[in-house]
Amino acid sequence: MFSWVKPLSGVLLVSVSVSTAASDLAEGIADIGRPATAAEIAAWDIDVRPDFKGLPAGSGTAEEGEELWLEKCAFCHGDFGDSNEVFSPLVLGSVTEDDMESGRVAALTDPAVVRTTLMKVSTLSTIWDYINRAMPWNAPKSLETDEVYALVAYLLSLGYVIEPNFELSNETIEDVQAIMPNRNGMTTDHGLWSVDGTPDVVGSDCVSNCAVDTTVTSSIPAYAMNAHGNLADQVRDYGPFPGIVTDPDAEGSTDAEGSTDRVAAPASPTDLLASNGCSACHQQQGRLIGPSFAEIRARYAGQDQARYLQQKIRQGGSGVWGSMAMPAMAQVDDAALEIIVSWLSE
Amino acid sequence: MTDTYERAQLRPAPESFLDPKLSNEIAADGVDERRRGLLRGALATAVAGMSGASVAADDPDIVNVPAWSRSLGKSVATNPYGLPSKYEANIIRRQSPGLTQTDQASVAFTPLQSMFGMITPSGLHFERHHQGWVDIDPRRHRFMINGMVKTPLVFTMEDLMRLPSVSRIHFIECGANTALEWGNSAVPTVQYTHGMLSGSEFTGVPLSLLLERAGYDRKNATVILAEGADGSSMTRTINIENALDDVLVAYGQNGEMLRPENGYPLRLVVPGVQGVSWVKWLRRIEVGDAPYAAKDETSHYVDLMPDGMQRQYTAIQEAKSVITSPSGGQKMLSRGYCCITGLAWSGRGSVKKVEVSTDGGRNWREARLEGPVLPKALTRFNIDWGWDGREALLQSRVTDSTGYTQPSRPALTAVRGTRSIYHNNAIQTWRLNPSGEVENVQLG
Repeated sequence: MFSWVKPLSGVLLVSVSVSTAASDLAEGIADIGRPATAAEIAAWDIDVRPDFKGLPAGSGTAEEGEELWLEKCAFCHGDFGDSNEVFSPLVLGSVTEDDMESGRVAALTDPAVVRTTLMKVSTLSTIWDYINRAMPWNAPKSLETDEVYALVAYLLSLGYVIEPNFELSNETIEDVQAIMPNRNGMTTDHGLWSVDGTPDVVGSDCVSNCAVDTTVTSSIPAYAMNAHGNLADQVRDYGPFPGIVTDPDAEGSTDAEGSTDRVAAPASPTDLLASNGCSACHQQQGRLIGPSFAEIRARYAGQDQARYLQQKIRQGGSGVWGSMAMPAMAQVDDAALEIIVSWLSE
Repeated sequence: MTDTYERAQLRPAPESFLDPKLSNEIAADGVDERRRGLLRGALATAVAGMSGASVAADDPDIVNVPAWSRSLGKSVATNPYGLPSKYEANIIRRQSPGLTQTDQASVAFTPLQSMFGMITPSGLHFERHHQGWVDIDPRRHRFMINGMVKTPLVFTMEDLMRLPSVSRIHFIECGANTALEWGNSAVPTVQYTHGMLSGSEFTGVPLSLLLERAGYDRKNATVILAEGADGSSMTRTINIENALDDVLVAYGQNGEMLRPENGYPLRLVVPGVQGVSWVKWLRRIEVGDAPYAAKDETSHYVDLMPDGMQRQYTAIQEAKSVITSPSGGQKMLSRGYCCITGLAWSGRGSVKKVEVSTDGGRNWREARLEGPVLPKALTRFNIDWGWDGREALLQSRVTDSTGYTQPSRPALTAVRGTRSIYHNNAIQTWRLNPSGEVENVQLG
């Protein structure tokens, strides 16, 4: 009755050669995963394609969107969508009437012009989809459908694509797509979509006495060498390739032990007991290999034995608690030693 | 810039005792058996010379037995999840100041200059988020397949982890890796020029299996849409051929679960394709018959050409390589033997050959590929070199299994201009100065 059992186990033996036996396997795993419900699909399938497949019905005008924009969007994008403070501008830059006519924004060829969203984007669905799924920045997916329409309309009106009173809706959105400034500005004529695409530029295979210009045309100016911080602190400070000290004030900062950024916050006594190996032989209550910390504390209670204890820890010893010798704990650093002993003396 | 180099010369490495003739031979032709023998001889002489030189040369780290040799070490499980040595604290992901105005839509770069082999430790895997990262409760995470399928399906993590899995080693490179370098040398080290690159072993379920399970429309489906569960719910369109070939719905990375920054508990692995398509916190795959023109396929991740046209749906990461040591911001401590090392990779297949030039591309020598050489995976290369102390222009170039060779920067920009942001796979040049300092430069 489980007719798929045999092919499935056969497939598993050859470590899942999916390409040859996928169908058998798919049958074998037919009870793993369950059908999605209509409500589940509706909740998650929110994408809108360039042909507006997936676009929910609704509408909004720029006039309606303005208030919402100022409340939820202007903080990052500016009142007019032209801010460069947090993100690249959405609607600044040069879109001409000729561009609107041709559907190609000519200013994209001008290196001096900042590329804005409305200059680049060819498909209006992209803007609707993205605002709907990811905006506002700190509260994604909180907008109502009509609010998304109104905000898209406001953005388009800022870029003079539509009038402020234009009602953007699932009925009218295709009319606006037809006048998007850069609607013809995309190409898929390149070799990078599929693995077997044809490359547009291939390097030389010359191996000796190649005719190349080895003039250095660009390097990082000395004043900018420290713009990413002291490079000496960004590589291993030992080995054949240490870093260049680019911060004159950081001289000596590469010393592994001395660098201040390595010093952690003061650790708790119990952490230190564990990290320094004390708890390998001592526990809080009851004998392990050595006496418990409670016993030690009781023996030295009320006595000024800090120095003695420090010495004992550092140098080790035997005879005080029995014949088992305590090794010298030379690895306990001074700060840790002080914390542990003061804790023991409490 | 400082006297590190001079100080270092006070105790030269034994390798510096090469005679200039041997050094030049190695520089020109590499190390063969004869030269390897001479190298060993020179080294032995140097070492003997040092030990016989003076009593003061006794190394205090030897003669004074160090503290760690005279004390009890720490307990097992002192760090229940192990951490790197405190001496490795410099080796971390770093941001490039001024690159972005917000830290949630930003990049932290992998420290390639300090790494070995072909695997990036998960904690050093580069980060690129579009709206911050989230740490999702795996018990509440769901994965849906819908669209052009017979039965839209929902999977829990338990379902997915119950399915037959595969583990594959692949590189992931952001499409914008090296973007800052299109026009001029802009950032000082390989961490910033090439550090949106990592290599991992990923474990998960082949997407093809899940598409079969859902009964995808073989006749009409041309693409899939992948969508994240984070705030941005990022979407990307992926070629159906890729989706059926080697794409994984992955939960494992380097033997453990994915890190939250890398999409825990589920991400798409799209070998050979730019990182933005490896959707993190993956919640949904939709099967479709037309591309989706997502924000990161229309407003970003489009490659602007000199004629103002934008290339859309540029996915494949073409073959690329870079020398990671010695590299920009590092300093050579001594002349003589130097192992030049780096990484090569190709989104179209495997690395066939890596060549290295020390004279700015006039002459090239083939480097050793350190195995395993895997398709769409980082490949480590090494080459022996003897530095004679003069200025050198270090470059590497890769040829992949399709016969494609990595282009020079002038060749690439002649076609694509300098404003396309994405897919800069040009040959990188490092200038090694006589001072030993290495810097990022570009050539005519």
